Amino acid sequence: MIKLIKFILLILFLILSFQKLLIANNNSLLVDKISKNLRCLICQGQSVYDSQSDFALSIKTLIKNKLQEGKSEKQIYDYLKNQYGEWIVYDPEFDKKNLLLWTFPLILFIFGGLLIYRKVFIN
Amino acid sequence: MISSHIGYYSLLLGFVISVSLLFYSIFCFKKNNQNINQNIFSFLFMQFFTVVISFISLVYSFIISDFSNATVYNNSHSTKPIFYKITGTWGNHEGSLLLWLLVLTLFIFLFIIFSKKQPTKYRFLSIFFQQIIISGFFLFLLLTSNPFNFLFPIPNEGLGLNPILQDPALAIHPPILYLGYVGSSIIFSASLASLVQNNINREWAIHIKKWIKVAWFFLTIGILLGSIWAYYELGWGGFWFWDPVENVSLMPWLCLTALLHTVIVLEKRNLLKSWTLILSIATFTFSMIGTFLVRSGILNSVHTFANDPERGIFILLFLFSLIILSIILFFIYQRKENTSQKKFFLISRETSILINNLFMMYFLSVVLIGTTYPIFLEVIANEKVSIGPPFFNKLLIPFLTLFLIFMAVGPKLNWIKDNYKKIKYSRIVLFFICICISFYLIKKTSSDILFTSILGGAAFYLLFVTIKEFLNKKRNTSQAISHFGFSLFILSILFNSLFSNEFSANMKIGQELIYEKEKIKFLKIKTFDKENYKSVIANFEIIDEKKNIISLYPEIRIYNQPNILTSEADIISTVFFDKFLVINLLKGGEIFNVRYQTKPFMIWIWISVCLISFGGILGLFKRH
Amino acid sequence: MKKNIFYLIILLFFTFIFTIFYIGLDKPNFYTPKEIKNKSLEEFTSTELFSNEQFSSNDIIENNKFTLINIWSSWCVPCRLEHAALMDLSEKTDLNIVGLNYKDKKNNAIKFLNELGNPFSKILTDPDGIVSISLGAYGVPETFLLNNKSKIIRKYIGPLTKENILEIIKIIK
Repeated sequence: MIKLIKFILLILFLILSFQKLLIANNNSLLVDKISKNLRCLICQGQSVYDSQSDFALSIKTLIKNKLQEGKSEKQIYDYLKNQYGEWIVYDPEFDKKNLLLWTFPLILFIFGGLLIYRKVFIN
Repeated sequence: MISSHIGYYSLLLGFVISVSLLFYSIFCFKKNNQNINQNIFSFLFMQFFTVVISFISLVYSFIISDFSNATVYNNSHSTKPIFYKITGTWGNHEGSLLLWLLVLTLFIFLFIIFSKKQPTKYRFLSIFFQQIIISGFFLFLLLTSNPFNFLFPIPNEGLGLNPILQDPALAIHPPILYLGYVGSSIIFSASLASLVQNNINREWAIHIKKWIKVAWFFLTIGILLGSIWAYYELGWGGFWFWDPVENVSLMPWLCLTALLHTVIVLEKRNLLKSWTLILSIATFTFSMIGTFLVRSGILNSVHTFANDPERGIFILLFLFSLIILSIILFFIYQRKENTSQKKFFLISRETSILINNLFMMYFLSVVLIGTTYPIFLEVIANEKVSIGPPFFNKLLIPFLTLFLIFMAVGPKLNWIKDNYKKIKYSRIVLFFICICISFYLIKKTSSDILFTSILGGAAFYLLFVTIKEFLNKKRNTSQAISHFGFSLFILSILFNSLFSNEFSANMKIGQELIYEKEKIKFLKIKTFDKENYKSVIANFEIIDEKKNIISLYPEIRIYNQPNILTSEADIISTVFFDKFLVINLLKGGEIFNVRYQTKPFMIWIWISVCLISFGGILGLFKRH
Repeated sequence: MKKNIFYLIILLFFTFIFTIFYIGLDKPNFYTPKEIKNKSLEEFTSTELFSNEQFSSNDIIENNKFTLINIWSSWCVPCRLEHAALMDLSEKTDLNIVGLNYKDKKNNAIKFLNELGNPFSKILTDPDGIVSISLGAYGVPETFLLNNKSKIIRKYIGPLTKENILEIIKIIK
């Protein structure tokens, strides 16, 4: 028990000495966040955030302008979806057609859990 | 010219040998030989040798830039440096398949050499099943992806290799990865053979575990190399994008990791026979599904091969036949396990491995559905859906937290049955301390504090538990190293993503900007002419508060053949952080878009994966 | 018996999966934004190239039965190819052709027009690409045919072909 406590104190000390590296990062721009969630339509496979194409740069400017106008994140996504289709946003919607997408792994997990339950408690 | 002929006929010969081996192995199996006769060895070696000759011929054609060969023409250029001429051999579809064949034929040969203690009939059957796969690959190569097609008239110059493929990490990434995939094919064949022979037991588990570890080791390192290449070469500062090609290598890995743990249960308690078999079949199936998804053009990705639906159909039929074969064999030969004497108790190591498998299968299903759902939706409902990193993060991270906690508790439980009273209070206290540490470190960021604190706490808990394991004399070293590596991996990724900093702006030469207590100076530009590109190197200086100067030299490469511009980031890695700078030329020619990132603990991500794989392979050298 | 049914289901399941993949091979794997027919253009303002005046899109569109907005740039190679077709259209019809100069320098734009001719009644500028986004464009060149109620009747991605021109002429009659 004592050994454990000494050990933990040692680790705590090491972590505290790393303090100066852990720079506070409050300044992630909302623009970056939104552009990371958008697809670049020209270079398919890259996000708008990563892409340097004209289209991506224009979108980034557009996001900045809209944020300055006071639009919310959702409004910006809705606007772009209206212009280009749902494809431009990375995150699939949670609606009827994507239901299986979001629930399949969970269903599988529960099913597997039941199998294990059977193996352990019954038999 | 001649080398292409040699290569082609060698391949043809190899195909004939592989089909003969198919029949010969079954013949020997039926004949009830006591020992493997020399003939099989010689045949296997000849098969391997023909592929070696073929492969060397292709490499030679690349080296001498023989443009009468269509593959060389499409993927090479005379001004390419010799190293990349050689590695370009497998940087394309046909050449990479030849590499697959090379590794396949090598592995079956090695398998026969290293399985002398196993029953003879089992060995013959393993050869038989593996030869089905090998013959299939030969056929695929010869029918749809011949690396030795001729071009007439002979072009003067080739089309060149995509510059981002001209990189050392990408040179060894395919060979290592294929070692992993081929390893999984051996496990597949051996498992089917074992099923037919009713041989799935402790002894077989010990034998196959070696092969599982080897395949797993190479697969892990292969994926790591791919990530390292993406980080250093693609210029975006990320290392994992949930891109279909990446997911496709992750799926067999998850399956193989689950198998690695399941086979331990088989070894120690002779249980979970059917499940071991299913996992073996599944791992190879996923390797093949991966090959299909990447080479058929069905999915859209930044780094797919040249697409050809005809190839896709072949792989699909091949894969389908293998799965049908497995199902039929399973149906015929599966024996009901006599488990009436052996029970699974709730608090036991077997059950924790079952739980591990449950989580692995969950992670696998997330990656699988995320990668293939667009295909299903498009075929069934004619609609497109876009699935990217946010989806995977949302579904995986909550379960990862639970998984880490189980990882800390599970491996320490006894086999068969353990006592829940063993869970000491000190452990629970430690867990809460870990969450507090995590919370304290994370609270300065604005992200979901609750979620990430618990995740960080769980990772820390695992870290401490595994460190303590090292102090324990009666320890399982390889397990401790791997699990420790995994906790380090999660922690590095967590803190890297929380504390990374990015600065992006357009700058002119001579300009100076200030960002987050650092001064970024764009000093000058120098231009050089290299072998096959023009190099534009910028000199940047980053000066921090204490007047420490870091110099960074990002580069823009202007290639002539093909006509492509690439940006090479300059990365300075230290133990604490990576400094990452990349520039892009904007229209007009005078202004550059500058992206400067500080990424903490980047190098620990690579180190931790190395630790994980090292732990796995360590067990291989222990005497049993 | 139960065992047989179980295996049959598994077999059918895999057959289903493979059929889907087989069909999926024929589908294209790149995405083009769906043709959203009869979409309305929302109002935008832009600076005119020569006069530096601000114009609202409604002013230009409402006064004409049809308006053709063509997104072009001096640095865009396919734009040079389609420019002749635009000149042709401006001579043969009295269609209101408006140019949207995308991410370009004024001098270069003027040089381009001096060299190849000016079919545009007005040239609006789009220095950071935002106006194009409000049209739903993502590249250059793209052309939009609108009616006087700002409804997008036709959208052409890429340089205008002869067939496109004939179609436009047919519609505006």
